[in-house]
Amino acid sequence: MLTIRQDLVDAIVAHARADHPDEACGVIAGPFGSDRPERFIPMVNSARSPTFYEFDSGDLFRLYRDMDLADEVPVVIYHSHTATEAYPSRTDVSYASEPQAHYVLVSTRETGPDAGPYEFRSYSIVDGQITEEEINIV
Amino acid sequence: MATVSGSDVRDRPPDTGETPAMVIEVRIPTILRTYTDGARSVQGSGATLRELLDDLETRHPGMLDRIVDEAGLRRFVNVYLNDEDVRFLNFIDTELSDGDVVTVLPAVAGG
Repeated sequence: MLTIRQDLVDAIVAHARADHPDEACGVIAGPFGSDRPERFIPMVNSARSPTFYEFDSGDLFRLYRDMDLADEVPVVIYHSHTATEAYPSRTDVSYASEPQAHYVLVSTRETGPDAGPYEFRSYSIVDGQITEEEINIV
Repeated sequence: MATVSGSDVRDRPPDTGETPAMVIEVRIPTILRTYTDGARSVQGSGATLRELLDDLETRHPGMLDRIVDEAGLRRFVNVYLNDEDVRFLNFIDTELSDGDVVTVLPAVAGG
């Protein structure tokens, strides 16, 4: 189960809309061991693609360094799908490298950059296995 | 600074004609800690990144293949020498110095 504040859900959706039609991506860091997403960190999609995302390698280094210094881990790793459903693709599964993270997927396929319906779902991806999780918005 | 016990490679005077061993700290990402018994940081040595990775493989077998393929460093594994991505240095042939820190981070990517 993913427990997440409403303002963080809103921030992810806003980011996905802002970057549409490119995929948006980012992290919500939280204290090590807490499973609590707290610090919203939108990242640049260095691929700038409607079908692929990748954190710039320098940004990635600084992200992990900063989380380490603050004793944080990536509790949520999010990205958006802009033309397909909010379900992890084979590519998403093959690159998932944080077994403890909640992989959040948003889809902006219905209304793109505009207000309106979107899909927001969360998954655990471990050893190539996808398990969808319930989301508890607080 | 008092040394409590044992000897550190950096405290021993170098033997005549021999270069002191280089000590490189290697920071290991979560998914590769299965190869290091859970350690988030290990030590190794090597004049280049390639040599360092081969050295690590002798103590952490299987890890090398997660970082390197036939073409060199794997595309979706980032390796840094101190704070620079080695792709901007000399890739797997990047030269190392004593006291360097090498960090391995899998790319965060997907589609």
